[in-house]
Order: sequence, then structure tokens, then C-alpha cells
Amino acid sequence: MREDLAPELAPQLAVELGLKPAEYDKVVEILGRTPTVTELYMYSLMWSEHCSYKHSRKALRMFPTEGEHVLQGPGENAGVIGVGDGWALAFKMESHNHPSAIEPYQGAATGVGGIIRDIFTMGARPIASLNSLRFGTLDKPRQRYLFEGAVAGIGGYGNCLGVPTVGGEVYFDEAYEGNCLINAMSLGLMREEKLTSAVASGPGNLVLLIGSTTGRDGIGGASTLASQEFDEKAEDKRPSVQVGDPFEEKLLIEACLELLEEGLLVGLGDLGAAGLTSSASEMASRGGVGLDIDVTKIPAREDAMKPFEFMVSESQERMLAVLVPENLEAAQAVCTKWGLRSTVIGTVTDTGRFVVREGDEIVADMPAATLAHDAPIYDPAKERPAYLDEVQAFDPVTELDHPGCEYVLDDIVLALLASPNVCSRRWIWQQYDHQVMLNTVVLPGGDAAVLRIGDTGRGEMTGRGVAVSSDCNGRYCYLDPYVGAQIAFAEAARNVACSGGTPAAITDCLNFGNPEKPEVFWTFYEAIRGLSDACRAFGVPVISGNVSFYNESFGSPIYPTPTVGMVGVMEDVSKHCTVAFKDEGDVIFLLGETENEIGGSEYLKLAHGVVSGKPPALDLELEQAVQATVLAAIDASIAKSAHDCSEGGLAVTLAECCMAGDLGADIHLDDDLPAYASLFSETQSRIVVTTSPENAERLVELALANEIPYSVIGTVGGDRLSVEDKVGVTLSQLREAWEPALERALAGS
Amino acid sequence: MRFGVVIFPGSNCEQDVIHAAHVLGHEADFVWHGDTDLSGFDAIVLPGGFSYGDYIRCGAVARFSPVMAEVVRFAERGGPVIGICNGFQILTEAHLLPGALLRNRGLKFICKQTTLKVEASACQWMDAAPGTLLRIPINHNEGNYICDPETLARMEANGQIVLRYCEPDGSRAEGGSAPNGALDDIAGICNERGNVFGLMPHPERVVDPAVGITDGAVVFTSIAKRLAEVG
Repeated sequence: MREDLAPELAPQLAVELGLKPAEYDKVVEILGRTPTVTELYMYSLMWSEHCSYKHSRKALRMFPTEGEHVLQGPGENAGVIGVGDGWALAFKMESHNHPSAIEPYQGAATGVGGIIRDIFTMGARPIASLNSLRFGTLDKPRQRYLFEGAVAGIGGYGNCLGVPTVGGEVYFDEAYEGNCLINAMSLGLMREEKLTSAVASGPGNLVLLIGSTTGRDGIGGASTLASQEFDEKAEDKRPSVQVGDPFEEKLLIEACLELLEEGLLVGLGDLGAAGLTSSASEMASRGGVGLDIDVTKIPAREDAMKPFEFMVSESQERMLAVLVPENLEAAQAVCTKWGLRSTVIGTVTDTGRFVVREGDEIVADMPAATLAHDAPIYDPAKERPAYLDEVQAFDPVTELDHPGCEYVLDDIVLALLASPNVCSRRWIWQQYDHQVMLNTVVLPGGDAAVLRIGDTGRGEMTGRGVAVSSDCNGRYCYLDPYVGAQIAFAEAARNVACSGGTPAAITDCLNFGNPEKPEVFWTFYEAIRGLSDACRAFGVPVISGNVSFYNESFGSPIYPTPTVGMVGVMEDVSKHCTVAFKDEGDVIFLLGETENEIGGSEYLKLAHGVVSGKPPALDLELEQAVQATVLAAIDASIAKSAHDCSEGGLAVTLAECCMAGDLGADIHLDDDLPAYASLFSETQSRIVVTTSPENAERLVELALANEIPYSVIGTVGGDRLSVEDKVGVTLSQLREAWEPALERALAGS
Repeated sequence: MRFGVVIFPGSNCEQDVIHAAHVLGHEADFVWHGDTDLSGFDAIVLPGGFSYGDYIRCGAVARFSPVMAEVVRFAERGGPVIGICNGFQILTEAHLLPGALLRNRGLKFICKQTTLKVEASACQWMDAAPGTLLRIPINHNEGNYICDPETLARMEANGQIVLRYCEPDGSRAEGGSAPNGALDDIAGICNERGNVFGLMPHPERVVDPAVGITDGAVVFTSIAKRLAEVG
């Protein structure tokens, strides 16, 4: 055993690596001696917030994780649900915020690479990606650089892999200026019986490292980058950002799926945050075994690498496989066929200990399970932030002047459509291959992405589909994290329902500030509570997810941003519904009812420069009833279009339906609200649905059966969007505002 | 008929081509880039993707794959060969087709629907009447076709220009209708003999009615019809 750390120096190194004094003491207690340098690095990474969830673990227990569709809940690399006919869908969302804030192209690209490895590690072929992005406002050059770089990185990586990027969302707000958010979601498809676990088992079995060489890139990414706030030294962390090679990852996907298909592996894990340390210790602890790894066997990218560097490197595009010795030759032949390196770096043992050696000399020796499972669990203090009283006491309806006249309302409608938070996202998704694999039934730009289920290559199609959406309005969560998180869930579910999907399960990416600040932790706790309550009301479980803390810069946290990735199942994908108005004369219904709720709205920010007030209220029972109505209408082929009301209110929803269908609409509102509220209020649980005149009565019956408020608000036709004498704008005016807005904002004009 | 679809490391549209062929009632199978036996195939497809990660230059490494020497011989014997997107780039690198494909004007990856006009050509893969408009999507970062003026004039004279980008109504915009900046709006070309066809748009993406329109089917049905006629 190499003793390379003097007892008096060890605590100091521990602190430098991010371990707290009490955590260091626990390491010493576990080992019964002073740790070695390698051990200290390994513990500091595995016990970092990013890997151990030590601040969030307790709160996350609130989530319901079981349900009729669930085949694999949280705890593996991704969750898995059954989607019918023996097909299973693996999915997960993950953040790559901090690397992207330093180097947006590589940060976002490796974020995509990491989440896709999580998917094929489960035995599933990745079939689609989504992303959820947050930046500061585009009038700042640095924000334009981050946004353009992140989009190019997501495209550059995903396009090369041949995994379509089918949807997502983006918001721009000052709150994200110092700390952008890059959340990547990926979905993969497999036959149920192919479900694989990242587990090491069978003493005597071999540990095979597949893929790229190991270098010094990304050392300490999980601890120094992901688990700390940003300050003026952020630029110095650039060496902690990994560089991606999507070509290598494409080969890894093909080789690993072939290895699994041939039944050559016992277990498969990916090397992500904390590299080999994390992957190996988690696989060992799942299998209740030990591992013996020799770092001199690991193909190195650089000279003179130290053992700890091999163990914590976050070099991308590497996988760890466990296999019986008899299968080694066949497995290596598959890797060679795909041009991939594969090297036996160790063996599975029955000692339960994780032993790392450099040739003959042991440099680390610890109980494997303590790395993955014995991180201290904290119960952070929480305190309701003082700002909430102030913002919630503000009544934007009475304390601000609101417009009433026709011309001003027209201008606001057009300004809302041109807002970077509302306008067309075509500039983004045109840079993403959104069609490869030929499963994309509804292209980007609608409420949810719709994918058909099956294997085109083998001609095994099913007629089934899934609808996927990711959502979160950070302003609502800032104004009320409990309600805001519920709305994130409700909107994601509503988007899926408007496409014809029945909500089945979610993944989440919980982006918050520093959990050691009681006011931040309170918002986290409330958001989890809100999300859990919404999940229970809908009977929709959380099957995977990710927590990203320390999203702060210079002491100022981002808006609480619990992003929800929702998957809905469809028995008959051909029945899917889109937002576009279809035919002249179709009857326009508003399911749900508008209230004067402009707190936290895009209108309030745009027209008054204010992010304040109470967010819209959410009645989960009403939300469910409205979604049940639209699902029934789609299933009965009564609904010809469906689009939910969200940012910008009913006016934006109607404008988007008009533009998508190249048809105008003549609208008459029967509410008693002032015009600005009818048009721009962001009341939840509302969906604009059209139907043919012959079917209007049947839609009324469905609304009555579900006991929801509804109104007939107009008819489809013409080339203008008219709302009584309040709004009158042509389709070309709408397009001129909405379509080029993002390009214009990026041009700095 | 039976299509052979070559897989290079990094190809990613091979399944899509196989699916399109199946939808149209044809047989299709994979050909590994390391193999050199093309017997049993009536036509060869070099599919889209990022062969060898597009490193050095798109298609520059793939042209040295063992299968390519055999593809060249197959083409020289008159066998039908099509290169789609990355496959087109490989065909130019292998000198089976003239010219080269540069980075898109605007330096951004573009995935979008385009309208193409069928030109009068000798291409065996395109029997739609000249002037026909086809809606077929593009999906590339390097589709900006370029060649020298003599080559362009020769291709024009020989009927080697098969498809041009145009506006939705069939007109060509002043300053060009090619989203990628391609010379003379060129989207697809063939060799003099008409058996080797390269195009940047992805016809295989618009064949299966379950995911949209079917304007791409004509590419596959044209060659099938021709092969049936010549026996």
C-alpha cells in the first residue's frame, strides 16, 4: 500500500478537493487510517453534491416512483416505461449548466453525449433528444455567444450521432445571465427483455474499458465545476470542461448495442461525471462485489498520468463493461469491428473492496459501497425567502395602468409574438437533424414532439406512438415555487395531451442555487413538494432525473427551475393532433375559462418590465378534466386542432394556430374581463380546440361530461386574426413579427 | 430489386434507406464498408451520416474504405450507384462525380424542407418529367456545391444536372434559391452515363406516408423501373 499523504497534509487536500472537515473525518473512520491521494480524490468526487445528492436525497423521497407503466424507476442510469406490444422506452434529463456557461459548444455537446450514454447503457437505442435552455437576454453579446454556441454544440453532437433532436424549449431572462441552463433529455427504445443493468457481478469476471483513451480533461468536473458557484475565477475552470467526439460516441452506441444484442456482457456502465471512479464503484455496489483495477492497463492520452488522474478523469466517450472471461475474445472482436479500443483493466472480486493499483503497488483500497452509498446525507435548513412577501403582495391588476384601445392591443399582440420567449424557434431547430430514423410524426414547432414506436430497420412497426414535451416557467417558480413546479408539470402534460398522448411518466432536471443557503433550499423543497403533489394527482410517476445545485453567480441564484420532461403514450399514433387550424368554417372552442391572472406573465414583463405578482393559480382537478376532454376529443377524431394557452395568453395561442394553419380566425370572447386580461392572462388549464360544425355538439357533450367550463369563441377563416373590435391583424403581420424575431435578436437589432 | 446500402463507421441514415426501400416493396440489405463483395445487389446506396466523423473533410476518409474500390468498379460496369448527402460527398471525393461540397453559406447546419425542380437529365434515378417540383428535405452542414465553369458548362450540355433548389412555386430567386449557397442552385448531379447520382436532399425521408409526404419515392421507383426494363 502506497502511503503518499502525510497525516497532517491530508485534511488540507481534502478541503481543497471540496470535502467538508466532517466528511474527511468520516473517510478516515471508514478506512481506519489516513487516506491516500487517490482515495481522497475518489471520495471527494463520489461525495460531491453532483454525484451523491447529499443535500437533495431526502427531499427527493417525496416523489412517487411507481406506476403501471414503470419497468425501471430512479437508481439506474435512466428510467424505463413500457409503451405497449413489448416495447420499452428509457428516458432521462440531465443538466450540463456549469461547463456550458464556460464553454458553450463543448459544454452543450458533451451534455448531449452524456445523456445519450445513459440511455444506451440501459440497452436501448437512442431515438430522440430534447433540450431545455435558459440564458440571459439577447441584448447582451455574451448571452448571444452562449446561446449560439450551445445550439451549435447540441446540433454538432446530436446530428453526427444520427439521433434526432425533436423538441425543447428556451427562455431568456436576466435571472440566467451569470448561469445559463443546458438541460438535455434523451429517449431510447428497446424490447422489454433487453433491459440491462449497470451492475458488476461474478467474481473472476473481467472489467473491460471500451472507447476513448483517458486524459487529464475534465478532472474534477463534478466537484469543482458542478458543485460550486461561479465567481470571478470561473474562466480558470475551462480545463475542467471536457471535449466531445461524437464520432467515437456513434461507434460506441453501435458496438455496445451489438455486444448486448449478442448477450456478451454481464453489465454495462458509462463513464460520466467522476469518470471511472463513479462508474466502477456504482456497478460494484449494485452487484455487492469488489473490483481490482490496474491503472497501468488504461490506455492513456498523455504521459506520466498519476493514478488519481486515471481514476477521476472525465474524458468522454468511454464505457465500462463486465463480462465472463470466455466472452472476451468475441466482445473484443465486436469492438475492433467498430474501430474501438477495448482493454481489460481489472477483475471482479468477492472482497467488496475497490482496489486500485499502479502495477504491483496498491494506491487505493476501500469498501466499494462506501463510495456510492455512504456519503453523508444532509437535512439542510430551509427558510421562506423574504422577497416572496413583497412580490406576492403586488397586485399587477390594480397597481399598473393597462391598455384598452384597439391599436395598442394590436401592437402588444405583435410585440408578444416577437418576444424571444414566445417567437418562432425555427432558427434553433433548423440546426438540428429532427427527422433521421424516420419516426418523427410531428416536427418541432408544435406543443409536443410525436414519435412513432417500432424498428424501421427491421420493419417492425407498431402503430403506437409517444408524445414528449419539456417545460418549466422559471418566473412562476420564482414567484411561488410550489405552484410554479405544479404548472411545469401541468403544462408539460397539457402539451402531451394536446398532441394526443396520455401522460405516463416524467423525468426532471431540478436547477437551483446553493442548497446550503436556507432560502434557496426552501424553494427547492417547495418545488419538489409541488411536483410530487401534481404527480400523485395525475398518477404519473417520476422515473429518472437530475439535481443541479449551485446555479448562482456572484451570490445571486437563478430562478428556481424544475424542468419537467413528460412522456405520454398513444395507442394509435395516426390519431395525433397538431396546433394548426385546418379548415375554413371550423368552430373554435376554448376549453377552460380565463381569469385575470397576469402575475409573472410575459405581458407584464414586456409591457411593464415587471416580474412580480402571484403566478396563475392551478386547480389540478380542473387541469385533469380539461386534459381528459381534449384526449377524448382527439381519440374520437372530433378535435381537428388543439393548442394550449401558455406564455402570452390566448392571443398568442390563437396567433400560433393561425400561422401554423395559414388560416385566420374571427373571435368573440364572452368573458367579463378587460380586453388585456382576456388576451394576455396566463390562466392555466386552457386549451383552444377546433372542430367541424357537425361535430361541435359532440365536443360540447365531452366538455359537459367532464364537467369543465368551455366557450365557443369563434370560427376559422379569412386571412386575419380578429377579436371583436379589439384586435385586427393580418396573417402576414403575425408572421412578420413571429418568424424572424430570434434572428433579429441575435443580430443585435 | 435489391438495394445494397453501405455502412461506413459514422453512417446514420442506412436504416432509413432500408426502410424506404421496404415501404416501396423492394429488398434491401446492408453492406459493411470493409466488405468487397457487391454481388447480389442491383443498385448501391451510399447513405447519409458522418462517415469517419467527417474528419479531415466530409467523405475524404470513407473513399479509402475497402468497399469503395468495388463501388467504383460496379459503377464503371454501369451498375446504378446513388450517394445521398454524405454519400454524395463521398462520390465527389472518389471522383465518381465532379465538383465538391463546401460548408453551407451562413456556416450553419441546415435541416429543412426544400423544393426541388427536376431538370432534363440523363439520370437513371430520375424519370419524373422535367419541371416537376419535388419537396424533399435537406440535412447538412456541407452542401454548398461548387465546380469550375468548364465542368458546369459540360454538365449542363450533357444533361448531368438532375435537381435544382427552387422557390415553392418553382421559380428561382435572384441571388439563388439554394439554402446552402450551392453554385447555380445545384442540388443533385449525375455522371455522363447517368448511372451514378449524387444529391444533398434526403429522398428516403419522404417515402413512408406514415411520417409525411412521399415525394422522395420517385428516386427509388425510377431506378427500379429502369432495371426492370433493361432486365
